[in-house]
This record gives sequence, structure tokens and C-alpha cells, in this order.
Amino acid sequence: MSLKKNGRSSNPLPGFAAGLSITSLYLAVLLIIPLGACVFKTCSLDASQFVAAVWSPRARAAYFLTFGASAIAAVLDVVLGVLLAWVLVRYEFPGRRLMDAVIDLPFALPTAVAGLIYSSLYVKNGWLGQFLVPLGFEGAYTRTAVVLVLVFLGLPFVVRTVQPLLSCLEAEMEEAAASLGATRWQTFRRVILPTLYPALSTGFALAFARGLGEYGSVVFVSGNMPFRTEIAPVLIVQKLEEFAYAEATAIATVLLAGSMLTLGLVSWLDSRSRTHAS
Amino acid sequence: MHLSSRQTKRAGRMVANEPLWLRMILISLACLTATVLIIVPLVYVFVQAFADGPSAWWSQLFDDPDTRHAVFLTLTIAPLTVVLNTVFGLAAAWTITKFRFPGRTLLMTLLDMPFAVSPVVAGLMFVLLFGMQGYFGPALREWNIRIIFAWPGLVLATTFVTLPFVARELIPLMQALGSDEELAAISLGASPWQMFWRVTLPNIKWGLLFGIIQCHARAIGEFGAVKVVSGGISGETDTMPLRVEKLFQEYNNPGSFAVASVLTLIALATLGARILLERWAEYQIQSMTSEQETKP
Repeated sequence: MSLKKNGRSSNPLPGFAAGLSITSLYLAVLLIIPLGACVFKTCSLDASQFVAAVWSPRARAAYFLTFGASAIAAVLDVVLGVLLAWVLVRYEFPGRRLMDAVIDLPFALPTAVAGLIYSSLYVKNGWLGQFLVPLGFEGAYTRTAVVLVLVFLGLPFVVRTVQPLLSCLEAEMEEAAASLGATRWQTFRRVILPTLYPALSTGFALAFARGLGEYGSVVFVSGNMPFRTEIAPVLIVQKLEEFAYAEATAIATVLLAGSMLTLGLVSWLDSRSRTHAS
Repeated sequence: MHLSSRQTKRAGRMVANEPLWLRMILISLACLTATVLIIVPLVYVFVQAFADGPSAWWSQLFDDPDTRHAVFLTLTIAPLTVVLNTVFGLAAAWTITKFRFPGRTLLMTLLDMPFAVSPVVAGLMFVLLFGMQGYFGPALREWNIRIIFAWPGLVLATTFVTLPFVARELIPLMQALGSDEELAAISLGASPWQMFWRVTLPNIKWGLLFGIIQCHARAIGEFGAVKVVSGGISGETDTMPLRVEKLFQEYNNPGSFAVASVLTLIALATLGARILLERWAEYQIQSMTSEQETKP
């Protein structure tokens, strides 16, 4: 509508030059030059040094944990997120509003606080650890701990992408399925779940991307043991503290590429689901 | 984005037709999930912080000069970051939504980038530029300007991490609003500032406020990026989240939880403000539509 008017060469609205210069200057200073420095620094290494930095056994173990824990956490988030979104949209029960309100807490809570709390809840004499540790569930200073805290951080991404979609579902479709003899489970599997797929994949990718970059909470809960519970961002900080800037940057570039790919995937999924919807 | 999705939420609720036992199981499982993952941690932080009573909590926070400085530093850096990103967000959203120009899509992609960059990597980038051995390091040393291991570095890193929040909230909103009202204002002889203050700002104020709240919450809580550029000098470059870690490492659990409880309170206030804002926006839209309906 109004976008067409803007297409004309003489747009009477003011502020284009000022707006564009502020935007580009800001992005150049904060984003492009720093990213460029990162790439430039990586290029100062030759190929064998680069490989040695990014593919050392310790670095490999760190990527494995970062990507693995993020993926497992994102899968768990999808399952739990659908459950929570379903219950929030479909059922009335005491405490529903409270639940709806606190779902967003992981967005607002500083990650260091999340890490501090999770690291002491699951130790042997912690509130939850006293029940879980005897059962063999070690939720502190292990790889499980990393997954656990990432589940916490990623949960609202899935709930908040699934919730709006679930609440706009047409009742007619389910009624039609039921009247044609489908059981409730069949209706869920064949009718409801397929319409949720775009939201689920977007939610998964967002939670996964959140996990890849996470540092603040994991540094508290994991114990940061090389080869076992050390994630890639922790390794980067470690290298920085040893003043091995080039090595740190090389690992950062790998991590950067991983999260860029995920972000690209998110926007691709987003645009695909939007074209499907229209 | 958030505002509109919440508004549709309530309209579409349907009558549940699962059997009662299944409903009960699903509700209990959801409550269990929310309790274990969110409620218990939330309660735990306050129980720990106030374990020795409110006066001990208070003295943990304000008797330690380093902690006091951390509170001061966080409460200075966060508003500064919010101002920077609000000005930028307004400029970017205005340029992107009201004009068509080559590179517009690229600009929108760039806006999203900070979400994809790990905070640690964000901090590292600034160390590479402004650190002692960084590209601008020698020049800065000559001029006697400290950026890394000082507050300008903290502002840079925090601003980077929170860069998209305001712009991301404004762009869809301004796109949906179009520019007819602004065009009318200009053609009736309003100056650019008059147009901005009287037409644009009133239209976007809720979205803007929402973006600012989110930006502020993230700025207060930022850890990874800030940790890399701060150098962890107690009483100088420690922000509140960094102070939480340092006290934790010094086995000062009461102190650590005291600072953490303040951060949690800020997070809860953020959530509360968001919910109020959503209600208020919903209410305004409802009263606007009912006004239109009553007109013949």
C-alpha cells in the first residue's frame, strides 16, 4: 500500500540521509569493523596453524559438547515446550496465568544468575540434588548439567513460537477429524502436529542457536574440565587468558560460522513457513 | 511481534475435549516442568539470599565497596547502552521501513547478526581491535585512552549484544503502520521534528517501550561479552553479573546470592513491566475498536 509510494523517486518524507548515515555508521563501528578484525586475525594464521588451533583434540571435544548439548537441549525444549504451550492454550487451571508469566523468565534472568542457581540446586546436598543424585542423576559439574541449564534457557523460545500458532488453530479441522472417526491421538498426530512443524523447527533452531553461544550459565554449572565439560566459548576465554589471541580467534571463527548457519536456517524456515501460511 | 501474538492468544481458545484423566496428566506434567525448571530456581535464589535475614542481605550488598561499585557500574552502563541503541533503533527502523534503497535487505540481515554471535566472540572482537596488542592498541596507548579493561569497553560490548532489540521491535510495527500519517503531516506543513514528536512517536510508543525494556534487561544481565573486555578488576570493571561470579569463586555464597537476588528482582520487574505494557496496549486497541464500532 504505502510501500508503493515510497518506491517513487521523490519520497517527501524527511530523514533518509540522516537515518541511513546513523545506521550505517553505527553498524560499521559496532559490527562490520569488529567482525572484519576477527576474520583478518584468523587470516594471519597459515593453514596448518589454523587447523592446529581449531582441530586440536581439546577443541574437538569442546565443539562436540557445545553442538551436542545444544542439540539435545533443543530437542528436550521442543517436547517440553509443546507440552507447556498446549496446556497453556487449551486448558483452564489454577496457576495458568502464573505459569504463562514465568515462562519468559529465562529471557529476562541474567545467565550468570541462572548458572549460579543451577550449579547449587543439583549438587549432592542441594534442593533437587538430594533426591536426584542417589538416583544416579548428576545434575551439577557434568555434561548433564550443561544440557539442563540450556534446556532452561531455550524453553521460552519454543513455547512462544508454538503458542500463537496453537491458539489460532481452527476448531473445524479437529471436529472434522473426530467426526470422521479419528481418535484424539490420531487427530493430534495427523492434523495438529503437521501444522505445528514450521513453529517447531523455528523454535528448535532458536533454542539451538541460543545454546551454541551460551557462556554465562554454563561456566558456572559445568566445572569447565578440558575434554569433558569444557564448551567452545570457555575454551576461547581460556586461550585469551593465555594471550593466544590468534588461536582464540580461529576457534571463534568456527563458532561464528556455526551460529551464522543456524541463524540463516532460522530465517529460511521463517520465510518458508510464511509462504506456506499465505 | 510479541504484542500482536499475545493479542491473538486469548481469542482462539477452544473447549478442551480430551478425557479428564489425560487433561490432568498433561496439566500436572506441565506444572512439574515449570516448577522444576523455573519456579524452584526462582524461590531458591531468594531463600539463599535471605538465609541470614534482611540485614545480612543488605550488608552483603552495600558494606562491600567492590559490590557497591559493581551495582553502580551496572546501573550506569545499562541506561547508556539503552540510549545508544534507542537512537540507533529509531534511525534504523525509520530508514528501513519508510524508504526503499539498494542494500536495504543487507541492512536488515546485519541487524540480526548480534543474535548469532556468541557473547564471548563479541567481546573478543573488541579486544582484537582495542586491546593492548589489538589493531588500534598502540595508537590508543599513545593517546592514553583505555577502552579494554575499562568502562568504554564494557559499553561497547554491551551495546553490541543488545543492538537488535529496539530496532527488531520497531521494524514490524512501523511496517504495519505505513507512512500515510507522516506523509499527511509533511504535506500539511509540519517540520520533520513536529512530524516525529506528534505523529510517529505517539504511534510507536508501545513498541518502543517494549524494545527498551528488553534491551535494558539484557544489558543488565550481559556476562560473556563483558567478561572478556572487563579484565575483572574488582571495584573498577566488575559489573553485577561479573561480581556474582567472582564472589562465587571466592566461596562467598551469601554475597554471591545477594547480588544474584537483586538481578533476579530486576528480571521479575522486567517481566511485570512487559505484562502491564501488553495489557495496556491491548486495552487501548480494544477501546479504539469499540469507539469505531459505536460510530454509525
